[in-house]
Order: sequence, then C-alpha cells, then structure tokens
Amino acid sequence: MKLFRFSSPATFYPLAGKLIPLFWVLTALALAIGFYWGFFETPDRLGGTNPQKEYYRIIFIHVPAAWMSMWLYLMLAVWSAIGLVFNTRLSFMMAQATAPTGALFTFVALYTGSFWGHPSWGTWWDWDPRLTSELILFFLYVGYIALHSAIDDPRRGDKASALLAIVGLVMLPLIFWSINCPDPNQCAALHQRSGLSQMEGNILFAMLTMTFGLWMYSFAATLTRLRSLILEREGDSAWARDLLERER
Amino acid sequence: MSEFLSQGGYGAYVWGAYGLTLILLLGEVLQLRRQRRTIFARLSRMIRLRPRRERGDPA
Repeated sequence: MKLFRFSSPATFYPLAGKLIPLFWVLTALALAIGFYWGFFETPDRLGGTNPQKEYYRIIFIHVPAAWMSMWLYLMLAVWSAIGLVFNTRLSFMMAQATAPTGALFTFVALYTGSFWGHPSWGTWWDWDPRLTSELILFFLYVGYIALHSAIDDPRRGDKASALLAIVGLVMLPLIFWSINCPDPNQCAALHQRSGLSQMEGNILFAMLTMTFGLWMYSFAATLTRLRSLILEREGDSAWARDLLERER
Repeated sequence: MSEFLSQGGYGAYVWGAYGLTLILLLGEVLQLRRQRRTIFARLSRMIRLRPRRERGDPA
C-alpha cells in the first residue's frame, strides 16, 4: 500500500531530510511576523472587564506554547498507540522524538505563565487547576523520557513508555476544561476566563501566527531528532551504511 | 526604543519570558546538532572498523 511506503525508516529518512529546511524557513517567517505584530500592531493596554497592561504580551508566547504542549502530547500518545497496534518501528521513534520538544514547550508554558501571573495576580504560582494540570503534563513528559531511557532494550522501552503515554492522555481534557470551563458557575474561583471570540483581531492574529511558528519549529526539531534516532537504532542496517558511505 | 524596551515598566517580565524561551529553543537546536554529530562519528567509526569483505553485504 502506498500509504505505508514512508512508514519504513529507510524511506522516511531522506524525506524528512528534504522537509526539515522548509520547516525552518516557515518557523523563522512566522515567528518574525508574529513577534512584530504582537509588539507593534497591538494596543499597549487592554480595557474591558479584564484590564491588563503591557505584560499581557507574554500571552503571544505563553498561549502558543501551552497549545503546543497539549498538541504534542496528543501526537506522542497517537504515535504510541499506532506503534502498539501495528508494531511499526517508525511510530515508536516518532513518539520518542516528540517527547523532548513537548516537554520543552510545557516548561515554557509554565514559566511564561508565572511571568504573567506575578504582575497580574500578584503571585508567581498558585495551585489552581490549570497550573496544576499543566505541571502534571510536564511530569508525564519527563516520566515518558525517563522510563524510555531506563530500559536498555529500546524495543521494550518503546512499549512500556507507549503505555504510559496513552494512560497520561487522560490529562488533556482536564487541562482543556480547567481553562475553558464548561460551567461558569463552578469556575468562579478561577482567575480568568478565556475566549477567542472576545479577543481583538490583531491580538488573535499575532497569537495564531506565533502558534504556527512554534508548530513549524516542532516539526523541524522532532524530524531532526527522529533522523538521529533512526541512525542510532538502525545504523547497522545496509541502507544506513550505504548512506554513511555516501555522505562521508 | 527605550519605550519599547521598558514595556510600560513591565520589561523585565516581558523580556524575561521571551528571552528565556529564545535561549531554550536555541539550546534545543544546539543539542540536536551535537546529537547528530555524535551518532555520525560513532557510526562511521564502526564502519571503518568492520572488515572490508563485510562492507555492503545485506544485513
């Protein structure tokens, strides 16, 4: 089947190599436009029911990073599940390549949230549901990476950590609902409600452009890591040896 | 320019958040490069050490 042609490491390796430069270019473009728009085309202060000063510009990095942290976790769990069902080597390697970048963005979301929280709430940290659930997501990423590296046989490590990734999937709806609360009456204790519809167009544009930039960055970084993992794990096969002979 | 940098007095928060993110992303890129170089070096050493007749044999 044609779909499965690129599911072999030997065919995917050169394909990824061709795509990576494209993703870097898109990353640079989107982050430059997003940064410019976020700082020069948006108001300095926000009025309305939730007044904020210049520090609100942290959201242009915070919200995209938080979205990516959840999206990459979903990818991690999906590749893990595909790997467990079809027993395909490349899917497990995809999952393994996604985890460090996902952990990075979760960490970015956490401390940029702190940098925003201090001027606006007056505290760096609060055990409020969304901060706590994002912190647990960070621990899940770290747990996945640690478990995988603790098992010497990579194939066994793949399967054990894949299970952990799938079980941890339960956190995603919890994070989502702790931010976008389904019942406003129950969320009175939360610090703030968020909603795309109430947002000004320029702010939304900057946020979405930055999100696109970080997304392209994730593609570039995970594919680069994936190529290294493929070489590390399949380096002894004939195609990898051919490739190394040619590149030398 | 200094107005842009001060961000209404919140420059430390804003640039702290952006700066640390930039450092972390650059750090990941450097780490990826180093990882790739290490693996290449190890694999080409393995190939050099392999006896000549074995080279190019199907695995």
